[in-house]
Amino acid sequence: MSEQRLLGLNGDEAAAYAIKQVNPDVVAAYPITPQTIIVERFSEYVADGLVDTEFIAVESEHSAMSCCIGAAAAGARAFTATAANGLALMWEMLYIAASLRLPIVMAVVNRALSAPINIHNDHSDSMGARDSGWIQIYCENSQEVYDACIEAWRIGEHLEVQLPVMVCLDGFTLSHTMENVLTLSDETVREFIGERPYIKVRGHLGEAEFRLDPEKPLTMGPLDLYDFYFEHKMHQIEAMEKALRVIPEIDEEYAEVSGRSYRLLHPYMMEDAEVALIGLGSTMGTVRHVVDRLRKRGVKAGMVKMRIFRPFPAEELLELLRGVEVVGVLDKAMSFGAPGGPLYEELKTVFYDADEKPIIVNYIYGLGGRDTPPHLIEEAFKGLLEVKRRGEAVEPLNYLGVRW
Amino acid sequence: MSETKPGWRELPFGAVPYKPSLEYHTGDWGVERPEFDLDKCTRCTLCHFYCPEGAISFEAGHPEVDLRYCKGCGICANECPVGAIRMVRKE
Repeated sequence: MSEQRLLGLNGDEAAAYAIKQVNPDVVAAYPITPQTIIVERFSEYVADGLVDTEFIAVESEHSAMSCCIGAAAAGARAFTATAANGLALMWEMLYIAASLRLPIVMAVVNRALSAPINIHNDHSDSMGARDSGWIQIYCENSQEVYDACIEAWRIGEHLEVQLPVMVCLDGFTLSHTMENVLTLSDETVREFIGERPYIKVRGHLGEAEFRLDPEKPLTMGPLDLYDFYFEHKMHQIEAMEKALRVIPEIDEEYAEVSGRSYRLLHPYMMEDAEVALIGLGSTMGTVRHVVDRLRKRGVKAGMVKMRIFRPFPAEELLELLRGVEVVGVLDKAMSFGAPGGPLYEELKTVFYDADEKPIIVNYIYGLGGRDTPPHLIEEAFKGLLEVKRRGEAVEPLNYLGVRW
Repeated sequence: MSETKPGWRELPFGAVPYKPSLEYHTGDWGVERPEFDLDKCTRCTLCHFYCPEGAISFEAGHPEVDLRYCKGCGICANECPVGAIRMVRKE
């Protein structure tokens, strides 16, 4: 394990610091409201000559992603950061980045989508992008943000994956809250991420590295129609499946240099748990605190933090939650008109065919940054215990912390 | 199309086409084609430059259209300064 330095960083700064150490070729960003301190701090690194990055101040978030796509297609390492409506403006380019198999890394500071105007945290922005073909990592604290912003390059650039990666961190709760962050040395980070590898593809002029090079011309993503589009989507499906195996591998390597390991999921007190909450992001820190509290009172409570939402770690969840009696799913986003929130729906799908399965209920919470203190989490656990007592869920879809 | 296309496991990553667009004949998309009146034509070559498909050549000393790529958009007829191009229905 290499030597580390303890720094006081908020989530945004932790991302910017990690990206400084990665020293990507291109960072493209637009100061839309809401942009983040990530690119603000990074542009200072550029101005101070601490990185070799070409910083491109573009005219919109759509252009920021387009720029990253162009740079990554030319073989560069490209990074950008955004939030909420900025991510929404990137929409069509998100799909293009993923479909062209460009391993861009983007920090998404999770904030509510307007209207009405709201700059605070929920997951409605990145959850909307869950079908765009990006890998999604959700972070609980600044330390995880720092580590994910380093690991993301290796995951996305892995020759069997070749997909863009979103590192999601909760707006304000993480992005503007200073915490202790253990940081690796620049050399260690450089050594860990190495040079970007390229896959070999067969273009119309024969074999070439997968990057635009005038000496070895390639065409990326032209007219596909019904002749080839479906086949190319199969590639993306396969890449996501492979990413499920690759992420823990890279994580193990990262653990060797950092001493920190994250894998796909974080179970806590799940060995004998009868009721458990599962969710994403910073709230899971509060849940852990409440689990400790309940355990002291003799309640067999547990929790599972989902670190990776895309690809969805179905098998691991089946294994982990099989014997639990009642599982509550915390969703910080709602799919309007759907039977429940995104995580709830997927978890239910996963368990539909299982012989042994928990009763699963959904808690939509925290929309627009609505505070979720420990007593609300306790309320959710109380609900789970009530379901356990009755042996059935009276109301599968619940709203935590809304005024009635 | 009757050609057997490769399955998804054989295709290169990243939607990279394994054959050039020259082999992707899009000329059957349109309903019209240009007909050149070579007596009126001044060989100014504007139609060659305006054609979005690069389907009009002057290699024979006068305009000729490659119907494998001509989509029948009619830009050439619209741009011809002497009205030497008329759009007619493709058979």
